[in-house]
Amino acid sequence: MRLRHGAFSYLPDLTDDEIAAQVRYALEHEWPVSIEYTDDPHPRNIYWELWGLPMFDLHEPDGVLAEIKACRATFPQHYVRVLAYDARLGRQTTALSFLVQRPDVEPGFRLERVEGPDRTQRYSVRSYAAEAPAGSRYPVASSHGPEPT
Amino acid sequence: MSIDAPLDSAAPARWDPGVHSYVSMGYYNADYVPKDTDVLAMFRITPQPGVDPIEAAAAVAGESSTATWTVVWTDRLTANTHYQAKCYQVTPVPGRDGEYFAYIAYDLDLFEEASIANLTSSIIGNVFGFKPLLALRLEDMRIPVAYVKTFQGPAHGIVMEREYLNKYGRPLLGATIKPKLGLSARNYGRVVYEACRGGLDFTKDDENINSQPFMRWRDRFLFGMEGVNRAMAETGEIKGHYFNVTAATIEEMYERAEFAKELGSVVVMIDLTIGYSAMQSMAHWARRNGVLLHLHRAGHGTYTRQKTHGVSFRVISKWCRLIGVDHIHAGTVVGKLEGDPATTKGFYDTLRDDHIPINPGNGIYFEQDWASMPGVMPVASGGIHAGQMHQLLDLFGDDVILQFGGGTIGHPMGIAAGAEANRVALEAMVKARNEGRDFLREGPDLLRKAAATNRPLEVALATWGDVTFDYTSTDAPDAVPTASH
Repeated sequence: MRLRHGAFSYLPDLTDDEIAAQVRYALEHEWPVSIEYTDDPHPRNIYWELWGLPMFDLHEPDGVLAEIKACRATFPQHYVRVLAYDARLGRQTTALSFLVQRPDVEPGFRLERVEGPDRTQRYSVRSYAAEAPAGSRYPVASSHGPEPT
Repeated sequence: MSIDAPLDSAAPARWDPGVHSYVSMGYYNADYVPKDTDVLAMFRITPQPGVDPIEAAAAVAGESSTATWTVVWTDRLTANTHYQAKCYQVTPVPGRDGEYFAYIAYDLDLFEEASIANLTSSIIGNVFGFKPLLALRLEDMRIPVAYVKTFQGPAHGIVMEREYLNKYGRPLLGATIKPKLGLSARNYGRVVYEACRGGLDFTKDDENINSQPFMRWRDRFLFGMEGVNRAMAETGEIKGHYFNVTAATIEEMYERAEFAKELGSVVVMIDLTIGYSAMQSMAHWARRNGVLLHLHRAGHGTYTRQKTHGVSFRVISKWCRLIGVDHIHAGTVVGKLEGDPATTKGFYDTLRDDHIPINPGNGIYFEQDWASMPGVMPVASGGIHAGQMHQLLDLFGDDVILQFGGGTIGHPMGIAAGAEANRVALEAMVKARNEGRDFLREGPDLLRKAAATNRPLEVALATWGDVTFDYTSTDAPDAVPTASH
């Protein structure tokens, strides 16, 4: 399974150069950039963990790339994303968000169903990974290579 | 003989019974300076041959405010000069004989707060059948901030929609289920599932899907939500299907919308044909219940399309933002339905921006300040395909929903492949734009490059790459002298 999250999840994973280009786009717009990580990729999990505070007043992407690498090194099997914020009047919201790391193995989600009156069901999407406690949800890939997506 | 008549007057005095010119009754006043709180309207007037344009413009002002065809004494029980609309400017339309732009100001007191039904009954409810006019078109309106602030506005708006869906930095994608009519509920849900699973954010009921013998609404909603939730589990991102809750009565609409909400849908849909009062009721419901509200502009083409007569879609856009819906179809430029680039840009700006300056080149005749009212997400739908992605991104930017009905469902490899092709094309184009590429010029190459690692896109380009819809537009902007207000 391949988690679809952020602006580029249907393209091949971005290289560090491509990530730098996107960060540069954000900086040209004077958008502060933030790095976040999680091992709970539920579609409604909005608040991933902050890797440090958002970075303001940057002119070059190098600092952001260094932090991304540090975050990846600390959490090699977490999802990591980059966000950019647009503080202008009328926006004051997230301008861009995209993944910069995925775990090797993404087991995906189960659709849970609770049957109700006649044919109605209450649905819930549950991540297979989140059945394990936080911190031990994504194993390193076996020697056979990653699971097929 | 009136006691008010001056002794040597040849012209009738203002209150003499009988028919007087609208101009003499004060409906044309070139010295009038519109107040910040006035509602302003600009009409394109085509008087009947022999009818003076200024008198025609004054008549429009009169018949859309307080006048009737003859003097009435009861007018004198009112502060009639306060309530009468004033035409303050009439200019000939360049290059179009017999047509005139008339600017008319209406005092805010003429209107009920927060009522589009009242606003429209007032401005267009009477005057369009007026015999001395060959044709009449409401081109643009200025809604004063004082009036804007009485309306709810969009139930959520562009910013809140993105936060709701957790999707940033790219246009959203949708598809209308095809065929428009005839699928059973179970088969309908299959299309929803495949399109959402493949990579679209939304699927959509068509405007004429309500509750017919071949598929009743409740069954469609149940199978549709099965498809939506399966697709969410497959992809890990939020999906939605715009369930059309249009019905014969508002009570039935509420029942359908409540059911969609109970099933967990993030969005419902209404058609323009339900009328402004019903639309406002649904907009208030949508905000109260946290459900996005999509509007299909069904039927607008009967009166928005011809240059000389009707109501311009930019005015409809303003009304719909006030009401307000979260999504509205606003044109594709390059697809199968009417819309030239300049006027369409005018619509998109009117829906999305907070402050729109005068720009006659885009058909914007008044400055409009929305005073922080959230924007409406425009929807581009109708005959567009992945091969046009560079043009679509260039025309519309990120805050738009691109809908590819045939362009998803008609894909030779299947619906999910069609959806994936559109999503890959979109993301590749956004990525290239952010990298600083001249994506409009390099578009076809960028698409081919993305297709090299994505078979669905490769097949989509092979199937539709050469399809275009090039016809002369029926409604392009006139070059006009800058309006003074």
